[in-house]
Amino acid sequence: MGRLWKFEETIDTDVLAPGPYMNSPLSELARHCLEAVRPEFATSVKVGDVLLAGENMGVGSSREQAAEVLKYLGIQAVVATSFAGIFYRNAINLGLPVFVFPSCLADFPQLKDGAQVSVDFDGAKLRLIDFDRDINLEPLPNFLRDLVADGGLVPHLEKRFAVS
Amino acid sequence: MTTLAQKLIAEAAGLENVAVGDVVVCHVSLAMIHDSGGPRRVKPILEKLNRKVWDAERVVVVTDHYVPVFDDETRAIQKLTRDWVYDQEIKNFYEEQGICHVVVPENGHIVPGMFCVGGDSHSPTGGAFGAYMFGVGATEMAGVLATGEIWVKVPKTIMIEWRNSLSPLVTAKDMMLKTCRSIGLGGGRYQAIQYAGQAVYNLSMQERMTMSNMAAELGAQAGLIAPDEITAGYIKNAGGRLPEVWQSYRIETQGADGEVLRFDAASLAPQIAAPHSPANADDAEAFRNIPLDIAYIGACTGAKYVDLKAAATVLSGRSVAKGVTLKVAPASLLDQKQAEADGTMQILEEAGAQFLPTSCGICAGYGTDRLLEDQVCLSSTARNFRGRMGATNSKVYLASPYTVAASAITGEMTDPRHLMEG
Repeated sequence: MGRLWKFEETIDTDVLAPGPYMNSPLSELARHCLEAVRPEFATSVKVGDVLLAGENMGVGSSREQAAEVLKYLGIQAVVATSFAGIFYRNAINLGLPVFVFPSCLADFPQLKDGAQVSVDFDGAKLRLIDFDRDINLEPLPNFLRDLVADGGLVPHLEKRFAVS
Repeated sequence: MTTLAQKLIAEAAGLENVAVGDVVVCHVSLAMIHDSGGPRRVKPILEKLNRKVWDAERVVVVTDHYVPVFDDETRAIQKLTRDWVYDQEIKNFYEEQGICHVVVPENGHIVPGMFCVGGDSHSPTGGAFGAYMFGVGATEMAGVLATGEIWVKVPKTIMIEWRNSLSPLVTAKDMMLKTCRSIGLGGGRYQAIQYAGQAVYNLSMQERMTMSNMAAELGAQAGLIAPDEITAGYIKNAGGRLPEVWQSYRIETQGADGEVLRFDAASLAPQIAAPHSPANADDAEAFRNIPLDIAYIGACTGAKYVDLKAAATVLSGRSVAKGVTLKVAPASLLDQKQAEADGTMQILEEAGAQFLPTSCGICAGYGTDRLLEDQVCLSSTARNFRGRMGATNSKVYLASPYTVAASAITGEMTDPRHLMEG
């Protein structure tokens, strides 16, 4: 269970992992995550929180750190109406669950910033705790779900090579 | 109807056919990496997995980002790259020969029907040869190098059709800036783009590479062009092995399952994109009277042989305006040699150009040559994001090599047709 962080604006890789801190350690980079649009985010975010965004989530460069910082900060899942391709791949490869929100966000006024939510990973549902309501997300294809469940591509391959 | 993207993906996955939205695992025919995102990032992951590269024949390594080295750190990156290549017994190693997206096809590595990944966002360039090619991050590249496999979610195909023929002094770069303006950055929504139409078929191989290269700016995964005799001729000349079935990699005009965008090439004017997005493009005329400090002919997008030749067409017998610096960084040594052999380099030099090494140069912003505060640059490169080429408040405009050359001569943003056609 956690807090819903809802963003109205397009979230690009540069606000997730700002350029000037790209050579810094991940812990330092994470402190500046989203500061350009929500200065309190990095200090207030807690393990289990969920990020909700609109179209083209993670647009911009191919930098993996954009997904890596969100995982580092404890984000449980990123939900968006659409994702930029390389961010989507990087998130899955780093073990950060990403779900497409298949409906129009405006039809769900209860999905407010600050709402208490949890994510049913296997069932692909976003649960609104205070309203006792489940909202369907687009399920991840099985192959990608397994990849995320293993913690990302590297742990997934470690497991595979250990078996073989 | 099977699109070219679906055919290429199905073949790489060893399946009869695939449908949009399927997630399939593909066998990679070629993995391309460079000195920045390559060995220094993948080496620790491969060591953790206790794996060498899956097939040294299918890996190509190019040094182009930290070239030339300028301090101990960049020297160390190049040493690590060399040592790793030697250790992994990789034969396809191009050290300081030019930019990966240009050097790799120039050496015949990319042919129709291949399924390739590159550790760089401009990797869709390979799509110009009828190969499926896209960019991935370092972790994912390490996974490819360990297994020879990668997953793909089968994309929709967006058709971009350019009807009729371009007028003189209008190029593939102008076509792409116009497309960026029309659908916006990210308008490609990570689908596959296929380019078709008379104006595309008329383009030389290197100009087709510019089209596919900038599929990255559109946010598409791949930018495909069906191979024809021009492709076949280029590959033979580059020493590549053309597969017998190369003509089977076709694009059906009705074959798109996504959007269809149609443009008229004949009425297209030279384009300029204002800071800080390639989508801020408009007819060059709209930027008239804006002065510039630096004219830059560089990068995989804008300094191949055809680009140098285009710049020379305009610069021949003319010279760069006072107060403007024209910098030229040829995309590869091979392109530079070709331009030396036919007098193109001499024309550029006589017009007052300064030459930079054949590497990513100012475009990637990695070296010591960077834009200063408030400098205005008109560049033949692909991206003008804030601060990418230097100081945060430098301003980068984008255009074709013709337009960059014409503007270098007048000292302000200029439609090259005004200069050449009186």
